[in-house]
Amino acid sequence: MSVQVKYRIGKSVGFQVLTILLSVACVIPLIFILIYIIQAGITKINWHFLTNLPKPVGEIGGGIANALVGSMIVIGVASVIAIPVGILCGIYLSENKNSKLAYWSRLCVDILQGVPSIVIGIVAYFWLVKPLGGFSALSGSAALAVMMLPIIIRSTEETLLMLPDTLREAAYALGMPFHRVILKVIIPCGISGILSGVMLSVARIAGETAPLLFTAFGNNYMATNLTKPMETLPHVIFTYATSPYNEWKDLAWGASCMLLIFVLVLNIFTKFITRKWKVQL
Amino acid sequence: METSIDNNLITRSENILERVITSAKIRDAVKGIKRIKRSHRQIRAENVFRKTIVIVALLMVVLVLGIMLTLVLQSILSIKTTGLAYLWGKTWDPVQDIFGAYPFLLGTLLTSFLALFISIPFSFAVAIFLGEYYPKGWLPNLLKNTVELIAAVPSVIYGFWGLAVLVPIVRSLETKINVAPIGLGIFTSSLILAVMIIPYAASLGQSMIKMVPANLKEAAYSLGATRWEVIRSVILPYTKSGLFAGVLLSLGRALGETMAVTMVIGNTSLIPKSIFAPGNTMASVIANEFTEADHPVYLSALIELGLVLFLVTVVINMIGKRLTKKFTN
Repeated sequence: MSVQVKYRIGKSVGFQVLTILLSVACVIPLIFILIYIIQAGITKINWHFLTNLPKPVGEIGGGIANALVGSMIVIGVASVIAIPVGILCGIYLSENKNSKLAYWSRLCVDILQGVPSIVIGIVAYFWLVKPLGGFSALSGSAALAVMMLPIIIRSTEETLLMLPDTLREAAYALGMPFHRVILKVIIPCGISGILSGVMLSVARIAGETAPLLFTAFGNNYMATNLTKPMETLPHVIFTYATSPYNEWKDLAWGASCMLLIFVLVLNIFTKFITRKWKVQL
Repeated sequence: METSIDNNLITRSENILERVITSAKIRDAVKGIKRIKRSHRQIRAENVFRKTIVIVALLMVVLVLGIMLTLVLQSILSIKTTGLAYLWGKTWDPVQDIFGAYPFLLGTLLTSFLALFISIPFSFAVAIFLGEYYPKGWLPNLLKNTVELIAAVPSVIYGFWGLAVLVPIVRSLETKINVAPIGLGIFTSSLILAVMIIPYAASLGQSMIKMVPANLKEAAYSLGATRWEVIRSVILPYTKSGLFAGVLLSLGRALGETMAVTMVIGNTSLIPKSIFAPGNTMASVIANEFTEADHPVYLSALIELGLVLFLVTVVINMIGKRLTKKFTN
């Protein structure tokens, strides 16, 4: 082998080693971040933490029961708003691929996906908080629902487009009307793909804080009224993490750990579903 | 006798038969009416369903137009009072009604591009690693899933982690290189942003690299090219626009990121003097001051920031999406 060939092979191997090193160097710290957060938080989670309200500064103990309940309510209401709208829009986009409305609608979904969450918070403030006369959980849910929509629409559209046309044609040939073909044949066939989109969207909004700052706002007490301010997990993390008190920081670590585990489990679960879905196809 | 009985029987049975037939006819008619009614109902349901999905699709367009309109309408007051000078005014002093967004524009651009600069080598390395060197196997799968999970971690948690772990580290670094050891600042936020945006460019890039046709690569190998030469002169030129789209999309994410940045950037309205100085980005100013804005011009100025942010991210995302679509087709 001439020197030049050796040089070229050396360069190639060198680049491969560099790529591997950089990849490993980027992934290992990321794993350590996850482990660090879980380690810092897991010791703070106990029964007391889950069932008590936060205590005033200086008193030891206290929990985040209000934030847990609040997060569940806010996410639940957001899902109730976003899931039907998202799936219906996805159906429209997959059934009318080339209509003018579909083009504009798709463009708007693309835009919506890129809108920074804080901007959605501002808009929700003017649409719901100001007219209703105060911060409310409902406005927070609406803001989160807007953020869920693009993910649900995209996954519904893409799943339905993957289904073979013969399925649809067979149903039509039996004389089924359009809405029954969609609701009884197409949706059940694509349900796992749609579900995975729904779960991804829930995972994405579960940790959103920015739009909640001016909508659901936060509340130190247990609140279940949708028209009143409500505490949520990400908001509790934000306020306690930036506070100077160590007891509050401990609460924030516990809350972070719970939120992180929730989001990661949801994501892993989604991956599982989509993998199964791809095999079935 | 026999015939009369027969006649009697025949007429009776005919009567019965007639009755049966008429009842059957009625039943049929009722059934028919029912069927017609049912199909009417179904046709109506079908029409309602068709209309509903059209309305929902329209709703998306209305939603986006509404967002844009709200932002523009609410910032008109600020646009009128400060005009175009808003964009390069160097002081932001709500108490004296002076609103210049330059420090925040600069802060946003500095953090985003610094984050991009830090993240690109890593995200491209991961993309090439997963797309070209090791596309299959359990270890690359693990790597891929980990990178995707990293993208799912809520930004407020990154912010908290940065506050607790990264800020002390940066502070000690700053004492070593003789800058004011604050810890909070542009540099710290860029590091966190870099961590957050690596997955975007990486996962898009690796799917692009996987799509390079095998015959192109094989042709290069048959000419005696080494692996590095194939990557440099076949794969990278072929996936150029796709990789660029990935970078753009992660830039869009970095520009709009709020919580993590708000927590570690230091929050001052002064123009940052170096990359270690504290500052503010557009999103973090809105997050910090929106609920404190006590007079209309102040609020309107903050919304104008939101409008600028909205327009910039929309443009960047649209270009990125166009490029990806062009590539995948």
